[in-house]
Amino acid sequence: MSTSTLLEVQGLKVHYPRPGAGWFSKADPVRAVDGVSFVVPRGKTVGLVGESGSGKTTTGRAIVKLAPVSAGKIIWEGVDIGQMDNRAFLPWRKKVQMVFQDPYGSLNPRADILGILSEPLEIHFPQLNRSDREARCAELLKKVGLKPEQMRRHPHEFSGGQRQRIGIARALAVQPELIVCDEPVSALDVSVQASVVNLLQDLQDELGVAYLFIAHDLAVVEHISHHVLVMEKGLVVEQGSPEQILGSPEHPYTRTLLDAVPKF
Amino acid sequence: MAEQPLLRVRNLGVSFRSGGVESMASCGVTYDLSPGEILAVVGESGSGKSVSALALTRLLPPEPACMITGSVELQGRELVGLSETELTKVRGKQIAYIFQEPGTSMNPVYTVGFQIAEAVKAHRPEISNVQSTVEASLDAVGIREPARAAASYPHELSGGMLQRAMIAMALACDPKVLVADEPTTALDVTIQKQIMELLARLRKERGMSILLITHNFGIVANMADNVFVMNQGRVVEQGSVKAVMGSPQHPYTRGLIGCIPRLGQRRRRLSTLEDALRESETQRK
Repeated sequence: MSTSTLLEVQGLKVHYPRPGAGWFSKADPVRAVDGVSFVVPRGKTVGLVGESGSGKTTTGRAIVKLAPVSAGKIIWEGVDIGQMDNRAFLPWRKKVQMVFQDPYGSLNPRADILGILSEPLEIHFPQLNRSDREARCAELLKKVGLKPEQMRRHPHEFSGGQRQRIGIARALAVQPELIVCDEPVSALDVSVQASVVNLLQDLQDELGVAYLFIAHDLAVVEHISHHVLVMEKGLVVEQGSPEQILGSPEHPYTRTLLDAVPKF
Repeated sequence: MAEQPLLRVRNLGVSFRSGGVESMASCGVTYDLSPGEILAVVGESGSGKSVSALALTRLLPPEPACMITGSVELQGRELVGLSETELTKVRGKQIAYIFQEPGTSMNPVYTVGFQIAEAVKAHRPEISNVQSTVEASLDAVGIREPARAAASYPHELSGGMLQRAMIAMALACDPKVLVADEPTTALDVTIQKQIMELLARLRKERGMSILLITHNFGIVANMADNVFVMNQGRVVEQGSVKAVMGSPQHPYTRGLIGCIPRLGQRRRRLSTLEDALRESETQRK
């Protein structure tokens, strides 16, 4: 089953009430995501590109229930997880994890690495005891190219690239089937970016995890993705294979994005 | 260019001292910047590229916490060793800076116009109509409604608009050299392109020299005339963009160029800096 569907998004909408809308006036809501449909196959990478404000991050956040779903379905192996409340969603939360853009803001500065990686384990694998968690933590650090001896350190003792590796390790801790990566490399230096991208690909080969890879850097998206979606103003304007989208783009917006990439 | 360089930097070194330990941030940086030239400085985080640019006008802690050695001559005038009062006259007026994070470079409690006006009043006291200078410089960076932008607070503008406003602030004092420290790293590719086009246009129109600090060789290829590559505080390679990018000599430069994913050239793996350095190591053996 190499191409079985893991996640299907149908007509996803995320609308926010416009600030300043009064009790009596029904202002038009902010349509952050306005009817998006796509499929994430098991073990594959779907790239999601677009500018700031195009709704790509909100789409990713809606899938992990960090943004409210106004309409549409998010179907995980036949079950609609989009309309679930948080309690009902809990068993799915360990299947869908997220890696955030800012490696500085997304790790608790007061916790050590063991604490950061243990927390999801305590919630989703309560049967594990302390030494099990420590062993699992050591294994995760090795997997992302860090040293197990470093687990007692705090986030500020690591560089940006290393922190992003910790963020990836945290996402992997609960053995997810899908990781939503929201601009995971755009805050990193090009040299560090390359090693983190390679790490993500290695982990996919090894663990068969699928990625929803959100980025504005088309070259990185082309490199890592099996399927690419282009978003503009809350809508998917074009989707297809990376060769098709980036080789012969149909939509003018895709062409604008392509032109903006420095070429040499 | 045969003319005399605008900025002549020789053996510039910066070291920090804390708790009796001295650590070198950069050393032996030597370059000339001609009028209207765009010179790119490339390197990773921690390579010393920002620190050597900040050292030009000593935007760094005072001695003895931070020691600057070597020489920086701006139109024949030595800047290293000038007093703080003298340096204040150079900063902004002759050498202006724009930084990576436009959001944090502005004071959030004052309007954009107020902050630009502040810079104009400080550096160009001869100007009587400050407001129109502010609006003219906002207009010059392609902001459509300069009066409205001037009356906005930083949080009301987008990242791209704010970076334009930062450039406007730098331009308002009509500097000879603009130091742009990773000006587009925090921005989207489309906005990045607009900002780069803006910088290229300003250089052409005003003959301004730009010291462009970046880690992205893609930008260097499109923008700069000359480039120098820094690694661990030292310049490892220096020359015209064509020469350096056409046939990079140093393995570090090759690594930096090689690790950038390029459109239309799909590879199974991205080569990393370590790969390039390891390769050169084995070749030497």
